[in-house]
Amino acid sequence: MPHDHSDPDHPHALLPPDPALRVKALETILTRKGLVDPAALDEIIDTYQNRIGPKNGAQVVARAWSDPAFLDRLRADATAVISDLGFFGRQGEHIVVVENTPQLHNMVVCTLCSCYPWPLLGIPPGWYKSDAYRARAVREPRKVLAEFGIILPETMAVRVWDSTAEIRYLVIPMRPEGTEGLSETELAALVTRDSMIGTGLARTPE
Amino acid sequence: MSRPHDMGGRFGDGAVVPEPQGIPTLDEDWQARALALTLAAGSLGQWNLDISRHSRERLSPKDYARFSYFEKWIAALADLLVEKDVLRREELQGGGEGGPHALAGRALPASRVASVLAAGGPADRPIATPPRFERGQAVVTARPAGNRLVDGGHTRLPSYASGAQGYILKHHGAHVLPDSNAHGLGECPQHLYTVVFSATQFWSHPEHPDDEVTLDLWESYLEPA
Repeated sequence: MPHDHSDPDHPHALLPPDPALRVKALETILTRKGLVDPAALDEIIDTYQNRIGPKNGAQVVARAWSDPAFLDRLRADATAVISDLGFFGRQGEHIVVVENTPQLHNMVVCTLCSCYPWPLLGIPPGWYKSDAYRARAVREPRKVLAEFGIILPETMAVRVWDSTAEIRYLVIPMRPEGTEGLSETELAALVTRDSMIGTGLARTPE
Repeated sequence: MSRPHDMGGRFGDGAVVPEPQGIPTLDEDWQARALALTLAAGSLGQWNLDISRHSRERLSPKDYARFSYFEKWIAALADLLVEKDVLRREELQGGGEGGPHALAGRALPASRVASVLAAGGPADRPIATPPRFERGQAVVTARPAGNRLVDGGHTRLPSYASGAQGYILKHHGAHVLPDSNAHGLGECPQHLYTVVFSATQFWSHPEHPDDEVTLDLWESYLEPA
């Protein structure tokens, strides 16, 4: 059987230990050799900091609340339906939607790394990548939810989705009371990032 | 058998600290730079996503615990660049001759960033064999959890979920097998399933008897119950 022989060899220790200096040093080396284009790095950063974010996912949820036929299509093949809205790409290749009901609350984690539906929600928040969330979400989701201010009734079960493969999950939170007359745009404004991960609920209109 | 990334269910990590809604702001410029550098270097084509994940998992437990998220990324990237012979160790220290690298022609130009990010890397593949399990069928996960092809190798069955009984919720077709693909042994696609487990299968003190955990598991991780 092959053995993972490279374990003891960690060349990263040859770089400066300070993170900012370490990244700068590696970028400088790779740029000098023509292996990365700094303008491409700027473009990647601009994409994730300014263009892709939870507004994408919120648009999907708002339409699912408003249009039963759309929701049915989402249930059958979310990846195709969401691609048609223009949301696709890296870390969004295989999307499944999971729906909260009065009986079931869904919550998403990746215990092994921090897999996240980037094209729908953008850069993951710090807590999603934290050891505390990765370690605890599967074992004590209700205590974790309480730290987000959410207390679930005993009559509601929790289903935690550990994203161990390339399937990425989008939670469809329950539609808040008193939103019957709202447009999709107004509804989307009620859909928070955390509500689509399952650590929050949709906002109620003011 | 375990590595430090396999932390599901672990005790002692303290509270989760929520943050404002919207697009998270990366606290420091270097974090955004580390993210971009990792994605750009990936497009040199010298490794795949599973190799990249395994490189982070092979950080020493001490480094894994003390490094922040993007420090893990940048350390694992440096390790991979040397392991895959893109850079030599002395080049990481600023040595070596200048001039363009043999792979420079593969560098990701700014003009292609949008199309590369939009293309992503779908993991589903055609497969000739029918799925072994059907929806609703009871299955048991492998025990011990661990890569069956490479000792200490990459796998996506977390330790907490090994030797547990659940049932098939959904079949996703065949996906690239990380246990093989992370080690250059081919994509070896297998049927992938979402499997539901009662929390009582995993925890001695589950919070609620009706709570469940689901995992996405490849066919070789499972046996009929």
